[in-house]
Amino acid sequence: MEFGPHLMLATLEGAVTAAILALTAMGLSVVFGVMRVVNVAHGEFYMLGAVIAWFVASTLGAHPAVGFVAALVIAPLLVGSLAALADVLILQRISYDPERTIVATIGLLYIIQQTTLMTFGPDARPVEAPFNSRIALPWFEFGDGGFALYWPWGLSITSYKLFVIAAAVVILAALWLLMTRTKAGLVMRATQQDSAMAQAFGIPVARVYALVFGLGAALAAMGAVLIVPIQQAHYLMGGDPLLLSFIVVIIGGLGSLPGTVIAAVLIGMSDGIISVFFSPTLAKILATLAVAMVLVFRPQGLMGKSAA
Amino acid sequence: MTGKDAALHLGVLAVLLAAFFVLPEYHSGSLARIMVLAVYAMGYNLAFGYTGLLSLGHALFFAAGMYGLALSMQIGGWPALPAFLLALGAALAVAGAVGVLALRTRGVGFMIVTLMFAQAGYLTVLYFGAWTRGDEGFALPQEVRNLFGLDVTTPAGRYFAALALFAVVLLALGALVRAPFGRTLIAIRENEARAAMLGYDVQRLKWIAFVVSGVVSGAAGAAYALLFGYAGATFAGVQYSIFPLLYVLLGGAGTTLGPFVGAVFMFYLIDLSSGITTAYMLVAGLALVLLTLFLPQGILGTLRRRALPWLP
Amino acid sequence: MTRKRLLTPDYSRRSALKTLGLGAGALAATTALPRFVQAQSSAPIRIGFQVHRTGIGASYGRWYDRTTQAAVKRINDAGGINGRPVEIVAEDDGTDAKRGAEVVEKFATQLNCDIGFGTLFSHVVIGSAPRAGELKLPYFVVSEGHHVASGMLNRYTLQPGITDVKSQVQAMAPFVANNLGKKVTMIFPDFAFGHDHRDYFSKAIAEQGGEVVAMIAIPPTETSFTKYFPQIPRETEVVYHVMVGPAVLTFVKELGEFFGPSRPELFGFIDSLEAVDITSPGLEFLEGTYFWEGNPRYAQENQSEYDKAYREAVGVDANGASVSDAKDVSTYAHMFGCWETLNIIKAGMEAADYQGPDQRAALIEAVEAMTEMPEGMDHPQGPKVFNGKTHQVFGVQYISQVKDGKLVLAHTTSIDDTLYPDEVDYTTQSF
Repeated sequence: MEFGPHLMLATLEGAVTAAILALTAMGLSVVFGVMRVVNVAHGEFYMLGAVIAWFVASTLGAHPAVGFVAALVIAPLLVGSLAALADVLILQRISYDPERTIVATIGLLYIIQQTTLMTFGPDARPVEAPFNSRIALPWFEFGDGGFALYWPWGLSITSYKLFVIAAAVVILAALWLLMTRTKAGLVMRATQQDSAMAQAFGIPVARVYALVFGLGAALAAMGAVLIVPIQQAHYLMGGDPLLLSFIVVIIGGLGSLPGTVIAAVLIGMSDGIISVFFSPTLAKILATLAVAMVLVFRPQGLMGKSAA
Repeated sequence: MTGKDAALHLGVLAVLLAAFFVLPEYHSGSLARIMVLAVYAMGYNLAFGYTGLLSLGHALFFAAGMYGLALSMQIGGWPALPAFLLALGAALAVAGAVGVLALRTRGVGFMIVTLMFAQAGYLTVLYFGAWTRGDEGFALPQEVRNLFGLDVTTPAGRYFAALALFAVVLLALGALVRAPFGRTLIAIRENEARAAMLGYDVQRLKWIAFVVSGVVSGAAGAAYALLFGYAGATFAGVQYSIFPLLYVLLGGAGTTLGPFVGAVFMFYLIDLSSGITTAYMLVAGLALVLLTLFLPQGILGTLRRRALPWLP
Repeated sequence: MTRKRLLTPDYSRRSALKTLGLGAGALAATTALPRFVQAQSSAPIRIGFQVHRTGIGASYGRWYDRTTQAAVKRINDAGGINGRPVEIVAEDDGTDAKRGAEVVEKFATQLNCDIGFGTLFSHVVIGSAPRAGELKLPYFVVSEGHHVASGMLNRYTLQPGITDVKSQVQAMAPFVANNLGKKVTMIFPDFAFGHDHRDYFSKAIAEQGGEVVAMIAIPPTETSFTKYFPQIPRETEVVYHVMVGPAVLTFVKELGEFFGPSRPELFGFIDSLEAVDITSPGLEFLEGTYFWEGNPRYAQENQSEYDKAYREAVGVDANGASVSDAKDVSTYAHMFGCWETLNIIKAGMEAADYQGPDQRAALIEAVEAMTEMPEGMDHPQGPKVFNGKTHQVFGVQYISQVKDGKLVLAHTTSIDDTLYPDEVDYTTQSF
């Protein structure tokens, strides 16, 4: 494929990656922003979202669209409740001590993963997309006849992938409104800024924490429900999104919501575009090292105000 | 080192020496592997338990040692001893470089940066698959695996080689943490700002601790390849960065024998529970959660707090 | 194992007769139908089964387990080995190299196993084999890796029940070059398994007058693939793909979406889609494409009676799925290796008149002495030839085409297509 169409294709694919990554990383970022804890089990909540989507879609067995919409509601609710429960049962009891939280959530990671293996099984299972048609895309050239459009081999996207990008934008916008325009958002921001003061003003901080932890997990689950018609539900699928989400949250500046979105777009797009120029594994190595270097030399992230 | 410490450490070593002649073959064989893993965890403990550096990337140093030894033997045709020294050098170089960079960050940032360096290392092992055979790894031939004429492929050879490494590391680290250097590390862990104010070059001390920790981890990796005849990318993966954290937390962070106790405990927990549930990582997960909830200082840490305040 | 059916006496008679040629000493024991008479000891022969119950190999492990149970039941129904019943001692290795080595130690030194058996994933085999060699535990792997025949392992490690990747790959080249096209683009995972395909196939296709026009190595952690497809050159006539792991459905689906209506020929290894229903949403694109199959998943029109009986014994229906759950698709192209390996162990133990661990070396020598293994109830996948020097078996390979959502056999290679010069002679190593 010629360079231009290749780059365009990589950019489009990068946009899909970025959309899902923004949702997943946003979940991690909200939790860190409000509660100042790092949830290593975040990728497993993502995985659970995908697995529950499969259960819902295959139990309903109706038109794919029905199953998909049901999953989009049920999976985040279930995963969010589970996360809130884990918060009450485990994290509250260790008073959100940073290191103990990391260790406990590593434990949670293995518990969720292995329980899924024992129930859902080791196979990758697909969920059918509600709609999915291939859309061939044109490219332009300046030939003998001047400017002309043509349809390069392989340059295409699917309607569902476009939907994923749109859906992620809508969900993120809704989250933004929730955080800035509602009472719930106000309470969360108050707790984020000074939890002791918030407590003094009668905000039930413990309940806010549980809800925020649930919200973070629900966002990851939502991302997973959107991606599962493109990829498949599998019990080991949580590892990669976890690492990428970490990178995004840190590059974006821990707890900064606009920073997280910008970083997700940056990382998602570069993942697609770097693959145009380098051999893939080398590209991954270079990208990983590059991000590590950003953290080393700008530990507060690109948008962060101060180090945590 | 106080008398009690020395007596305890020497006593443990004597018990381990005797254990080979008493225990059934399966358990003495397992103990050899546990001692190698405990060396890895002791290295980790110096960074995490004593200096407060929570690294999620120590598999990188373990792998540097493992491949340093295995590749120089397999491709370079080196004998075991120089290969082992090269492995230590490889771990030293990698830990030195990673330390310089990663120690510019702290807390969560440090955790993620070490994790990412280790991930890059894992991918590098795959990238150079022509030599490393990537994920599949390669076996070291039985006939080249001997140290000073000691055949480490026999049960006795392997056990005593593992014990020798374990003893050296236990006694050396035991002395190190009792020395002023070790005391300073603990001071840094407890309150870095105060240690800096007292005039200590905190950054340099942390770097030294990190590098020593990396070299000890590398020694464990090299020993694993030599004693068990295999090098593979699995050992460079995230899970092998989490294992030493698990052992150290279980046994007691900042205790000299905690890593060993944790490794023994974890091995038998998995080995015995595999009869009950096949999902053995579930057991590891439950152990981590229960530990943080009910035994945050680990087995020896709790013992030290409740009953034996002199425990090293 | 969902449903085990008793085999008809006909089969046990046939297998008993087959054993005749392999070990005269075995004759008395196996033809005597009342069980386990004449044995010097009636204690069971314990076979340590290293099974991938958890970890990345768990889909395979489940079916390796079912096949193993079925094969052992058949052996026991026919009188066991040397008049002794066979007992499977299964232990999970988590598809992990370190745990694998620990499990082998457990078999040898704690669980009193006579042999170890059944490992699939190469890193577990290579991590465990050194320990098996040191503990002098005969270690029968069912892995299809080239590690055994490459000479990397040791005299105690054998692979007599499944062919290795090198012979599989090179046997595909004539078919691909003559029927699909000579300009090939290879897409493979960027680790050892993919590198084996890359190296062996590009050499083999060159010998057929073809060439590999592009090699696209995909990083193992990748979950989306479209961005790599533009690297496929326009001149490509055949795309050769060997992606494995959970992301493979995405891979196939995105390949379909990339090419749309005008695709080159496609040739793949079924390893990608083992335990995956070929009629899953998104796989419609595979219609008309070709696959290597170790053993045809769908019962073919000219299905052999052996395949029929084997399928029934393991509990697999004509579509390659479990008889009790049509969605539970088997790893049919590989799991026959467990069945055949156990029959070879039986034949070897009978030829060596195996009574206990003292005769482990004799067992290895007996297996090394084997050569021809004709198709039959002991070898339902097809005829094989064992090379005692390299400890590796060679056999026919199948190429199937997807037609109406089923894999239909298109070509069967000869055993000669799969042979290559020896790279090791394990028989020169001491025990």
